[in-house]
Amino acid sequence: MENAVQQINNLSIGFTSKKGEQISILKNITTNIKKGETVGIVGESGSGKSTLALAMMGYVKQGLYTISGECLFHSNDLLRMKDKDLEDIRGRKIAMIPQNAGQSLTPNLKIGYQIDEALKLHTDLKIQDRNKKTSELLNKVRLPSPEIMAQRYPHELSGGQQQRVAVAMALAGNPELLLLDEPTTGLDVTTQAHVLELLNFIAKDTGTSMVYVSHDLGAIAQVSDRVIVMYSGQIVLDGPVRRILKNPIHPYTSGLLKSIPKLTLPGLPKSMSGSQPQPGTITKGCSFYDRCELAEINCSNNSPELEYVKNLNTSVRCFKHKELHEKIDKDENLVTSIENTILDKEMLGLSKVSISYAKKKFIDQLLNKESDDNPTVKDINLNISKGETLALVGESGSGKSTILKSIAGLLKAKEGNIKYENNKILPNELKLRDPNSLRAIQLIFQNPDESLNPNHTVEQIVSQPLKLYFGLQGEKLKDEIIKVLKKVRLGEFYLTRYPRQLSGGEKQRVAVARAFAAKPDVILCDEVTSALDVSVQAAVLNLLQELKKDFGTTYIFVSHDLAVVRAISDRVAVLYQGRLCEIGPSKNVYNFPSHPYTEVLLGAVLEPDPDIKPKLVAEDIVEEKPPEKGCSFQGRCPRKVGEICNSEVPPWQIGENGNAIRCHINVDELRNLQK
Amino acid sequence: MIFLIFKRILLGLITLFIVSLITFAGVEVLPGDACTTYLEREAYGAALEACYQRLGLNVPAYERYLSWAYGVIQGDFGYSLSGEMKINDVLGPRVKNSMVLASASILIGIPIALLLGIITALWRDKFPDIVISTITIFSMTIPEFISATLLILIVAIWLEWLPGIVIVPTGASISELLPNIILPVIAISMIMTAHMARMVRSSVIQVMSSDYVQMAILKGVPYWKMVFKHVLPNALLPAINVVALTIAWLLGGVVVTEVVFNYPGLGRLVIESISNRDLPVVQALAIILASIYVGINLLADLMTLMLNPRLKSLQIKK
Repeated sequence: MENAVQQINNLSIGFTSKKGEQISILKNITTNIKKGETVGIVGESGSGKSTLALAMMGYVKQGLYTISGECLFHSNDLLRMKDKDLEDIRGRKIAMIPQNAGQSLTPNLKIGYQIDEALKLHTDLKIQDRNKKTSELLNKVRLPSPEIMAQRYPHELSGGQQQRVAVAMALAGNPELLLLDEPTTGLDVTTQAHVLELLNFIAKDTGTSMVYVSHDLGAIAQVSDRVIVMYSGQIVLDGPVRRILKNPIHPYTSGLLKSIPKLTLPGLPKSMSGSQPQPGTITKGCSFYDRCELAEINCSNNSPELEYVKNLNTSVRCFKHKELHEKIDKDENLVTSIENTILDKEMLGLSKVSISYAKKKFIDQLLNKESDDNPTVKDINLNISKGETLALVGESGSGKSTILKSIAGLLKAKEGNIKYENNKILPNELKLRDPNSLRAIQLIFQNPDESLNPNHTVEQIVSQPLKLYFGLQGEKLKDEIIKVLKKVRLGEFYLTRYPRQLSGGEKQRVAVARAFAAKPDVILCDEVTSALDVSVQAAVLNLLQELKKDFGTTYIFVSHDLAVVRAISDRVAVLYQGRLCEIGPSKNVYNFPSHPYTEVLLGAVLEPDPDIKPKLVAEDIVEEKPPEKGCSFQGRCPRKVGEICNSEVPPWQIGENGNAIRCHINVDELRNLQK
Repeated sequence: MIFLIFKRILLGLITLFIVSLITFAGVEVLPGDACTTYLEREAYGAALEACYQRLGLNVPAYERYLSWAYGVIQGDFGYSLSGEMKINDVLGPRVKNSMVLASASILIGIPIALLLGIITALWRDKFPDIVISTITIFSMTIPEFISATLLILIVAIWLEWLPGIVIVPTGASISELLPNIILPVIAISMIMTAHMARMVRSSVIQVMSSDYVQMAILKGVPYWKMVFKHVLPNALLPAINVVALTIAWLLGGVVVTEVVFNYPGLGRLVIESISNRDLPVVQALAIILASIYVGINLLADLMTLMLNPRLKSLQIKK
């Protein structure tokens, strides 16, 4: 390839296991990156995508080594280059934008210094010119008042701003190739959309080639010209973005796409069974064999090669890609819509709940005086009926998890009360709650790695609620544990396993089993799928829905992922800075987002389709705390009417579609404005 | 910031006040008092009365505490029982001696510890690390009374290079002291350096594997520049508190080492005055040691605060 910036030939990277076997993380990767092209590398965790991106900089993580192959940058093999020569290429010719900019900026050095350092290393500019250039770069990544920014330390910036600084730093050397490792993961939806838009602009403006590594097909769709799909250390599909995301001819990719919940397609997506094999466990046959619906005997014995299909301009690693290509346009039932039986009985009711994290000052404590009149969460009124799924959505800092914790009793509400069944008021403090109401409300956490005790077996974990609430013992206990595990589709042999011996999806199933073992009436789900891979996420969502059907459980579902919420919820409450903005049936909120914030939020959602672009309506400023008075969204609102927004809390109004919103603008007028 | 320093100093003073109360009360509730201890079998009648009179013990406890505290604030700890010296005169040279020993150990030990810690971390699992780590673990595990005794045996008795024990008067000048403190300094440094080197090693290793160091490498920052600019400032911050505790420990007198080498420092004074039941001195020592700990920890916290931009701006915001 003549115009290739980077050419990777037959690259394998791996490690030596404790038993002395050589295990590959990357297997025979061959591909290239052309000049000016943006290539998206997509795969789930453990697919080897980050290892590949680092290898493109000639960097192999400690413990790993190159088994074979080469990584050519203008015909120089980066993997066999001296450190000294690599220092000249890194940052100058190839630059990296890391996943977590907050942790990738050195904490004790000012932003300006860190950018200047890159300039000093990679350009011949004099000090005054460098200062000017630093400001230029910060301006280019659209950071306000660059001179002041340069004097700040990394921790003084918001996540989105840190990511912009990382982009500015990468651009300092005017690189030919930019590597981006999950650059928007962990950012809020609106911020993510803004950063992606910036990256698109930079790609056009500078003409650099980009490699964009992500698990998020939505983000990949927005930036890439070409997409490489990785599975278990191999490239399984490589071709133009529309071809890959609209008509994938590899069963893994099509399964992956089907398992993503989409805004345009309400209902629960199909899940893919199984999980990605651990490196070294597949010795023969196709690595996707176990999970493939099309697999036949041949697939288990022979591994397919990466085959170039000329008329589609796509390389694919599958024996049956032709079959898949022909089948594609057939209409399939892609999602199962949810139907919850909602009873006319209030399960939980929050009235005027306010929660504050501020510690009482010593003097205020002595005088028994309230010291915080601007609490993190304020004035929340919610009613949840039996059997309903209510979702709380909002960006980080919107107070959605705080509300959950307060319902669970982990955080004491400062004001207001929480009622449970038949208007029984739950004490704010966990200690004061009776065992039955503790049992009735269970919590599933975001990260099962942290919520499951690593020193307990699955049996011990699931037995806790059974012993605690029902006093089961011996045979009875064991039978019940097995029954609960079966409900979450885990076999009996899982009993003796420890969390570390389980995959991410299995761990979350155990967490779900633990919650259901208590036979709860309400389950609080705190971002339960956000630590999981897409294919596993669909499986967990489906599981939660089935269990709900069986037990009639009520869910309060917190998530920042609006598409997931669309898939699973009956009603949605939108929060901003701990204040409710809009609440209504999901269908209505998503079809006609009335509140300006809901509009902003939904506009920024990324669909795994390159032809659906996000709408950026508001600035992605991060506010540290809610405004003292007036509307909570006054600082970012694109439809602000004037002084009244700053001074008066907007009243509730109910639109004809049944959505209740809090805005000074009339609902009907909002609808006209959006047109 | 200033408010914070003020607050910390205030808290420190409260700590000292509580320490003084506890030591005073502790001394009060012990059976017998200074006079009965001092006079032993003659502790009756006129002699006892005279003693009480002289030491001012014939007034209620709270009054004595107040007058004692008043003296302490003015820097006067009262009189020692044995020898009837002013406690300030007893303490003065001891404090100086301990300072000499501590400063020598600090000046030698801390740079070596930092250096060893950094070397072992940068050459992790390579030859220098294996050798140094083995030695540090070894010298960490041997208790100081054994290493000190061994040092005396080898250097002083077999090789006859240096005096085995310190035979100088308590009020000796620094130049007289210096040749005598070589062995104690070595004995102290062995353990202290080893501890600190291990601490620094793990801290540097942790920072070396951080995302921002990986980022600096990928940015093309040359190795040593990366080490000095991106690694060390962040890795040594947590070391400040450990260094502070070590210094406080040294200044407070290294009891075992001082006893083994017969060194006239604060540590030995603690032992001596306890066995002599010289309670005013014990009381004074408790206050002094507490102030050393409070003071040095305060200094360390302030230093961390100044050097860590994250904490600094947090404090300013508040």
